[in-house]
Amino acid sequence: MNTLWDALQEALRLILDLDSGLVEIIALTLRVTGAALLLAVLIGLPIGAFLGLRSKIPFAGCLLPLIYTGMGLPPVVVGLFVYLLLSNQGPLGGLDWLFTPRAMVVAQTIIALPLVIGLTMTTLRGLDPGIQLQVRSLGATPTQTAWTIMTEARLGVLAAIIAAFGGIISEVGAVMLVGGNIEGQTRVLTTAIVLETRRGNFALALALGLILLAIAFVTNWLFHKLSDE
Amino acid sequence: MLRLTIVITFVLALGLLAAYGSQEPEVLRLATTTSTADSGLLDAILPAFEEEYNARVDVVAVGTGQAIELGEAGDADVILVHARAREDAFVEEGHGGPRSDVMVNDFILVGPTADPAGVQGMGTATEALATVAAAEALFASRGDDSGTHTRELGLWEAAGVSPDPTSGWYNSLGQGMGETLTYANEAGAYTLTDRGTFLSMRETLPDLAVMVGGESIAAIADSSLLNRYGVIPVNPEKSEAINAELAQAFVEWITSPETQQAIGEFGVEQFGQPLFYPDAGQ
Repeated sequence: MNTLWDALQEALRLILDLDSGLVEIIALTLRVTGAALLLAVLIGLPIGAFLGLRSKIPFAGCLLPLIYTGMGLPPVVVGLFVYLLLSNQGPLGGLDWLFTPRAMVVAQTIIALPLVIGLTMTTLRGLDPGIQLQVRSLGATPTQTAWTIMTEARLGVLAAIIAAFGGIISEVGAVMLVGGNIEGQTRVLTTAIVLETRRGNFALALALGLILLAIAFVTNWLFHKLSDE
Repeated sequence: MLRLTIVITFVLALGLLAAYGSQEPEVLRLATTTSTADSGLLDAILPAFEEEYNARVDVVAVGTGQAIELGEAGDADVILVHARAREDAFVEEGHGGPRSDVMVNDFILVGPTADPAGVQGMGTATEALATVAAAEALFASRGDDSGTHTRELGLWEAAGVSPDPTSGWYNSLGQGMGETLTYANEAGAYTLTDRGTFLSMRETLPDLAVMVGGESIAAIADSSLLNRYGVIPVNPEKSEAINAELAQAFVEWITSPETQQAIGEFGVEQFGQPLFYPDAGQ
């Protein structure tokens, strides 16, 4: 109980002080997760829409289970895969991306992508197929059709983005592996929480956790506002 | 009346022990650091003690600080740790004693085989670290308040450098020794490590080489890289649960020539050199 109370006070103090090290950690967290989310949406939405709007999905028996499995990918396995890809001995070692924020963005994009694709697809497939015919019969091009249907299904699409965001901002296994938790370079909120817990600084760890929750809440509130309008 | 009850219970307990318990081993609670347990040393040498004294050793492997605190609280019979200043304070404050030397291992500075800072073969770690800092060559720090991290910070202080994690060349990882070595291997960074962990991971660290510390502890010219382990029996007045007799037997056993030889032989087969060197009575 005391630890919890101390942590709350510590969190308030940290937020009010806005220590430069903390600002850096928060900024990097938002930068990495934001970039990964943007990439996942840019790549995932069109793919999800394409699959969701087709009456028959190619290789459905194989592709659908693959996407659903991807929606539950263990982050640490993705981290290991990206690590081996980017390591000096790996095929992309020449990029020198390992232990940089870029590697973290790559890993988080891979984690978020199946979520965006899968949830967008299922949302669109759940819509009345009549809508698609209706829009087409009004003379819309395929892209216009897709856009109209997407706006129709915007709540579901938004849920896909929110799920992807929640999945990657709270993720620690992959960013720890490929980022290295380097102070001032690749340390984000989740890896900082792990470090402070190991050091026995439970109050500080919990304070960082509260900040993470606050960021998630504000972001989701913004998403919610967006969908209302 | 109460006293009588206690005496009777005691006599009965003794009788029970004599009748059935003669085979029951006594228990020795040993508080020690993770390095002695994780390296496998205790597993290798303790069975001999347990057999000789018909005892069971309960090993509590924690950080040095916590091991000393266990002794201060009377929750251990004997401690085996490596923090000389704190050990001396422990004895001075009457928590136990006397302290005896047991063994020694060492820290080494490793770095990329290309050695961009040109420190390979330097005699002391402080000289090498000062050169690394001057060259602003990549350095990986544990950054996790561990014993190794504490030693690294002490060496920087001795070198007259206060490394800044925002400088770009000094990277504070906040991770374990294995992760830090893996990072140093990938990123081409220098780092301070205990020799045991480096030897046990050597196969997976093709791009790292020893910079200061040589091929074995025999090559160590810098005593600030040595890590001395001492054994201290806990003051039996702290708690009735303390088995002072067995603790004293343990101290005598671990500093005996036979056990010292076993310590010196541990690891030779697997790593080609010992991980700990006997240090008792020197």
